[in-house]
Amino acid sequence: MAWDRNQMAARAAQELQDGWYVNLGIGIPTLVSNYIPEGMDVTLQSENGMLGMGAFPIEGEEDADLINAGKQTITELDRTSYFDSATSFGMIRGGKIAMAILGAMEVAENGDLANWMIPGKLVKGMGGAMDLVAGVGRVIVVMDHASKSGDSKVLKECTLPLTGKAVVDRIITNLGVLDVVEGGLRIVECADGVTEEELRAATEATIV
Amino acid sequence: MKKIYGSAAEALEGVLSDGMLIAAGGFGLCGIPELLLSAIRDAGTKNLTFASNNAGVDDFGIGILLQTKQVKKMISSYVGENKEFMRQYLGGELELEFNPQGTLAERMRAGGAGIPGFYTKTGVGTVIAEGKEHKDFDGETYILERGIVADLAIVKAWKADDTGNLVFRKTARNFNPPAAMCGKICIAEVEEIVPRGSLDGDAIHLPGIYVHRIIQGDHEKRIEQRTVRTA
Repeated sequence: MAWDRNQMAARAAQELQDGWYVNLGIGIPTLVSNYIPEGMDVTLQSENGMLGMGAFPIEGEEDADLINAGKQTITELDRTSYFDSATSFGMIRGGKIAMAILGAMEVAENGDLANWMIPGKLVKGMGGAMDLVAGVGRVIVVMDHASKSGDSKVLKECTLPLTGKAVVDRIITNLGVLDVVEGGLRIVECADGVTEEELRAATEATIV
Repeated sequence: MKKIYGSAAEALEGVLSDGMLIAAGGFGLCGIPELLLSAIRDAGTKNLTFASNNAGVDDFGIGILLQTKQVKKMISSYVGENKEFMRQYLGGELELEFNPQGTLAERMRAGGAGIPGFYTKTGVGTVIAEGKEHKDFDGETYILERGIVADLAIVKAWKADDTGNLVFRKTARNFNPPAAMCGKICIAEVEEIVPRGSLDGDAIHLPGIYVHRIIQGDHEKRIEQRTVRTA
């Protein structure tokens, strides 16, 4: 047993705090918006130039001028503001965004993050990920614990080109929650039905 | 001075030259200067370098200039939606300089604001930092990035008045203001040109000082990822 995508997103939503401005990455992080606790005031930033991102539109109400950073059509809220890309990354680099929840290909025990490139294979680009991890207050990574071939993605050292050096604060996977601390990773909790032994066995990184 | 031109081709007259650096606004296919890109394709200008967050898709946006092999180099943060781009890049036909998205936006803004370089912590410890000056401020390490001054900026706005004051709409603003600022010449294509006085001076997103030529036209405004919820 372990958490599925929605359970991982629900667990990540517990990291949110009232009044925070938050950036959600593409993939599982996007699902976090479905689990914002009732009554909690969280404003989502989309780095293409929007604060106060709403849900996907209902059919027929798509607007070509209103998309998120994943280029998907979205809607606005009564609190929404729009701005240009330089201003958007000014608030990211300037530390105004409290937290980013991002996907990853690899994370290392010192908080190194790789999520933008597989040399010779995948050359898409880093988009805003390097700016986000360098600038926001807290970086949460949400990903599967192992690759499709079963190798741990929670490593002693990343093998892929880095997105940021020592930038990750907390890792949420299908197997549990780990914090980056002095000397390695600390287990915060195990996913439903996962034992600490199983979590340790599935993790290449040092667990302290 | 008259800024309004009759068509994209007219607005580009005397401006294009082989090998030039063009800054283009837009994010994905949202807010891209689609009419000017088509006119550049028709003009056949070669060996272009584009500073643009994305490279369009195969048959829309900058993608149409990749098909005609008019682009020599892209300065971009994300090019994942374009198969022809991948093919040319992996085949060594096309140069690519990846910039983090915020660094690219700030390079344009800085270039337009007379700032030749700036320090940022984005990319420190990654391949982006290789070969760049590192400097510590208050115990943190930063790298030096250069401002971009483009030979030409092409942007898309919602409305313009005849003096070039621009108003954008929703997230179609994105890279358009910083791209416009960094151009030695900036051409804006808009959905509607309105008489001076009809835009609220307090609500101008980009002052006309940055905009030298304006055209009005019909835009396809293609949606890249149509995503809906059930009502």
